[in-house]
Amino acid sequence: MTLANDAVGGSTQPMLSVRGLVKHFPLKKDLLGRGAGVVRAVDGVSFDVFKGETLGVVGESGCGKSTTARLLMQLITPDKGELVFDGQTVGSKSLPLKDYRRQAQMVFQDSYASLNPRLTMEDSIAFSPMVHGLPEREAIERARDLLERVGLAPQRFAERYPHELSGGQRQRVNIARALALQSRLIILDEAVSALDKSVEAQVLNLLLDLKEAFGLTYIFISHDLNVVRFMSDRVMVMYLGQVVELGDSETLFKHAAHPYTQALLSSIPTLDPDRRTETPPLAGDPPNPINPPSGCRFHTRCVHAQAICSEKMPVLALAQHGQQVACWMHVAGAAHTGAPDAQGMFKPLEVAA
Amino acid sequence: MTSLNAAASPVLPLVYERSAGYWETVGRRFLRDKVAVGAALVVLLLMVLAVFGPWLAPMDPYQSAMLKRLKPIGFEGHPLGTDELGRDMLTRLMVGAKLSLFMGITPVVCAFFIGSLIGITAGYTGGWVNSVMMRTIDVFYAFPSVLLAIALSGALGAGITNSLISLTIVFIPPLARVAESVTTQIRERDFVEAARASGASAFTIVRVHVLGNVLGPIFVYATSLIAVSMILASGLSFLGLGVKPPEPEWGLMLNTLRTAIYSQPWIAALPGAMIFMTSIAFNLLADGLRSAMEIKQ
Amino acid sequence: MKPETSTPAFVDIRQLHVTFTGGKKPVQAVSGVDLRVQRGEVVALIGESGSGKSVTLRSLLRLHTEKKTQISGQIRVGDHDVLSLSQDQLNRFRGRVASMIFQEPLLALDPVYSLGQQIIETIRRHENVSEAAARQRALALFERVRIPSPERRLQAYPHEMSGGMRQRAMIALALACQPQLLLADEPTTALDATVQIQILLLLRELQKEMGLSVIFVTHDIGAAVEVADRIAVMYAGRIVEEGPARTLIREPRHPYTRALLQSRADGALAKGQRLETIAGAPPDLTNLPQGCAFASRCKMAAPECSATRPEVTWLAEDHSIRCLLTQPQHQPPQKA
Repeated sequence: MTLANDAVGGSTQPMLSVRGLVKHFPLKKDLLGRGAGVVRAVDGVSFDVFKGETLGVVGESGCGKSTTARLLMQLITPDKGELVFDGQTVGSKSLPLKDYRRQAQMVFQDSYASLNPRLTMEDSIAFSPMVHGLPEREAIERARDLLERVGLAPQRFAERYPHELSGGQRQRVNIARALALQSRLIILDEAVSALDKSVEAQVLNLLLDLKEAFGLTYIFISHDLNVVRFMSDRVMVMYLGQVVELGDSETLFKHAAHPYTQALLSSIPTLDPDRRTETPPLAGDPPNPINPPSGCRFHTRCVHAQAICSEKMPVLALAQHGQQVACWMHVAGAAHTGAPDAQGMFKPLEVAA
Repeated sequence: MTSLNAAASPVLPLVYERSAGYWETVGRRFLRDKVAVGAALVVLLLMVLAVFGPWLAPMDPYQSAMLKRLKPIGFEGHPLGTDELGRDMLTRLMVGAKLSLFMGITPVVCAFFIGSLIGITAGYTGGWVNSVMMRTIDVFYAFPSVLLAIALSGALGAGITNSLISLTIVFIPPLARVAESVTTQIRERDFVEAARASGASAFTIVRVHVLGNVLGPIFVYATSLIAVSMILASGLSFLGLGVKPPEPEWGLMLNTLRTAIYSQPWIAALPGAMIFMTSIAFNLLADGLRSAMEIKQ
Repeated sequence: MKPETSTPAFVDIRQLHVTFTGGKKPVQAVSGVDLRVQRGEVVALIGESGSGKSVTLRSLLRLHTEKKTQISGQIRVGDHDVLSLSQDQLNRFRGRVASMIFQEPLLALDPVYSLGQQIIETIRRHENVSEAAARQRALALFERVRIPSPERRLQAYPHEMSGGMRQRAMIALALACQPQLLLADEPTTALDATVQIQILLLLRELQKEMGLSVIFVTHDIGAAVEVADRIAVMYAGRIVEEGPARTLIREPRHPYTRALLQSRADGALAKGQRLETIAGAPPDLTNLPQGCAFASRCKMAAPECSATRPEVTWLAEDHSIRCLLTQPQHQPPQKA
C-alpha cells in the first residue's frame, strides 16, 4: 500500500513553516484579583520542517515542546502565529482544518491512555479513515494492513483490546493509527520514552523503516538526547518557550553554540567509568514559564551573561558552523565581549519573532 | 522490513483470534462474586413477582373481611396474617411488588437518560456552558431529596404519575453530576485527543469514544439509586402523596398499618421488611457491578 | 567478590527468592539472587521492567505486603537478619540502619506536612532529641543537600518545590538518622537531564562523605556508571552478570549485557543504520522456563541453554556471570 503523496508545493517547499507561534495560559485570579499571571508556555517560536527530514526537538520541563506539538496539531489554538503546510496556510480556504488533520498526525507518550479501552485494535485504527469517509470494510482492511506493516500479525492482534498488549505493541498500534490517514507529517511526542530500552530500539527501527517506505517527515520530541541524535537530521533546542538553537544534528552535538545547549549536552551521563562528570554543568532547576527573566531567558543561569543579556532578547542568528542560535555572543557587533565584530562573517538571520 | 512476527505467511488464515470483550470479562468477574450473584437472584425474584404477582398470589388483594382483621402470622389460611381490613398480607405483599418496583425503577431510568444527557454534554463541552449547566443543577442538588420530593409532589398534586415526575426530577441532579465528572475525566485522556486530532466531529467522538466509557460508571451509580427511589416513593405514599388506597404498595401499606404497631407489630413490619430486602439487593448488585467493572490492567 | 576470599560484607543477600501470590498465578519476581555490598561501596542494579531489581531492593526493607509475598533466603545488613526481624525491630531498622529514596518524591512525601516537619518527626522517632535540636539537624541536612534558602524551604510543602529540590529534600529525609545503607529506587528517572546529573553527583558526594553503602536501582546504564563502583545486571529475577563498572562496560561477557549495551542509541552510529535489537520479549514471570531465562532471545544460545539453569561462574576475583557458554566445558561460538 502506498501513501498518496500529493506533493503540492514541490521538494524545496518546507513541509511545515511555523512563524511566531505564541501561546499563553492565563492563571486564575482569586477573588481579590491577585495571582493573575500568565504561563508563557510558547513565546514566539519560528522554524521550518523540510520534507523527508526528521526534526528533533529537545528541552527540559517548561520549555514548551509538548505545547508546541499540540499547537502544531491544532489541538490547542495559538494566540498568535502562522502555520503553513506545504505552501498553504492551515485553516484557510485552500487548506481547511479537517484536510490539514489528514496530513499531520501525532503519536503520544502514554501508549495505554492513547487507546480507547473499549475498542479493538483494528477499530481504533479504522476510526480516523471512517471519519474521513472511507467505508467501514475498506477502513478495516487498511487497519489490518497497517498492523502488518508495524510488525503485529493481524490474526493475533486485530481483535485484541489495549490491556492485552504490552507497551511496545501498543505503541506500534498508535503508530499504525497515525498512518491510517496516509499523513505525510508525523509528530512523535516522547513516543518511545515510556518503553524499556530493548523495546525502544525495536520501535525506533520500525520508525526508520516506515519513514523510508512511506516518505514521511518526522518531528521527534524527546528528552533523551542520545535517541534524538540517532534519529534526527536537524535538532531544535527549546528553553522557556523559545527556540535557542536549531541546526544540523551532528554539528549541534559536536559544536553546540548556545550555552544552554552546551550545558544540556554535558549533562548526558558518560559511559566511561574513568571519566566521570565532576561538576554539574548547570545549577538549579529549569525555571517556571510564569515569570520568565527579562531579555535572554537563559541569562540568570548562564556563565557568560553580561549586561546586554538581561536587557534585550536575542533573535536567531547564524552561528559559526551553520546553525541558528539565539545568543548575543553570536550576533555581529553586539554589545557582548564574546560576539564577533561588526565586520564579522556572520550575518543575523532575520526571523520575525 | 523488521517484523516481530515470524508467522508472516503469504496466506492469511481465516480465523482471527478473538479475546473476551469488555462486557464478557465484566460478566465473568461478576459471576465469580457470590454475594453479587445472590443479590442478582433476589432482584430477579422480585422482578418475577412484579410481573407474575397477580397470578401467583393465593388470594384476592382487595378482598376485605372485617371479621378477620389483623390476624397474626401463621393464622389459618393466611401464612403472613391479615391487614387492618382483613386482606391477606402475603397476597398484598406479592401483588404490591409490581407497583413498588415500578415506583423505584422508573424514576431512576428516566433520570438516567436525562441526567446523562445533561452531564455528558456539560462535561464534553466544558467552559461556560459547563458552568451554567452544572451550577443550575447544583441548585436542585442542594435540596435534601426528601424535601424536594415532597415539595414537588405537593405542587404537582397527589397521584402516581406526579410522584414519578417529582422523583425523576429529584434524581436528575446527582446523575448529571456523576455523568459530568466521568465525562470530564475521559475527555482529558489521550485517546480522545487523538480522536480530535483525526478531525472527527464532537458528536462522533462522544458517540464512539466517550459513551462506551462513561455509561458504565453512570449506570452503576444509577443502580444504587433504585433503592433510594423506592424508599422515597414509599415515603410519598406514606404521606398520602403517591399511591392511593386500596392499591397494594409497600409504602402505602406501611402507612395504613401504622396503628397496628401496638397490636400486631410483626404484621406492621412486613412491608418495611420487603422494602429493606429490595434495597439491600439492589445495593449489593450495584456494588458487585462496580467491582466487576474495575478491571485492573 | 568471591565469598571465600572476601571480608564479611556489610550487606549480604543469599539465595533470595521472592514470589508474589496475590494474583491468579504466583509471580516469581526474584529467583535466587546473591549480592554482597561492602561498607562504603556503591552497587548499581540494572535491568528492565520485570527484571526484579526493584523487588530485590524493597525486600531489603521488607516493604512488600506480608500476606501476598513469599520471601526465602537470607538478607543480612550489618548485624541484622532482616527477614527475621520483628515488627518493632523492623521499625527501628528502617530509617536508622537503612533508608530508601524513591523515583517520584511527590508520591513518597506526605503532602500535608511541610518538609521540615517530616524530617523532624523522623529524627525524633528514632532518637531522643528535643524539637529544637531536631530542627537544627534538619537545617544542616538541607544545607548539605544544597537546597538554597534552607530555612525558608524547611517550611515548604512538597508541591511547592520543583522536581530537583523535592528529590534533594527526599535525600535529606532519608539521611536524617544517619543510616549506613542507602537504597535508591530509580531516583533520577523522572528528572530532567540537567537536574539528573546534579542529583547523581550529589549522591556520590554524600556517599563519600558519610561512608554510605548504596544500592542504586536504575534502567539507565549511564546513570549507573556515574555513581557505581560495581554494577549487577538483572534479568528475569536473577543476576546474570556482576562486576566492577569498568569491567562491565569495557568487557561485558553475558550476552544480555552485551546486547543491552549495543542497543543503546549512542551517537556513534552512522545515519540511517538500524539499532541492534534484542529479539522477542521479556519472559513471563508466572511461567519461567526451565533453563536460562534469556535463552529464547539469545543470539548465541546452544541447546543446553534451554535445559539447564546456569550457575554462577567466576571469571575473575570480582567478576561473576551466569551463562553456560562461559563455563570451561562449553566451546563459545565464534560469532560476536
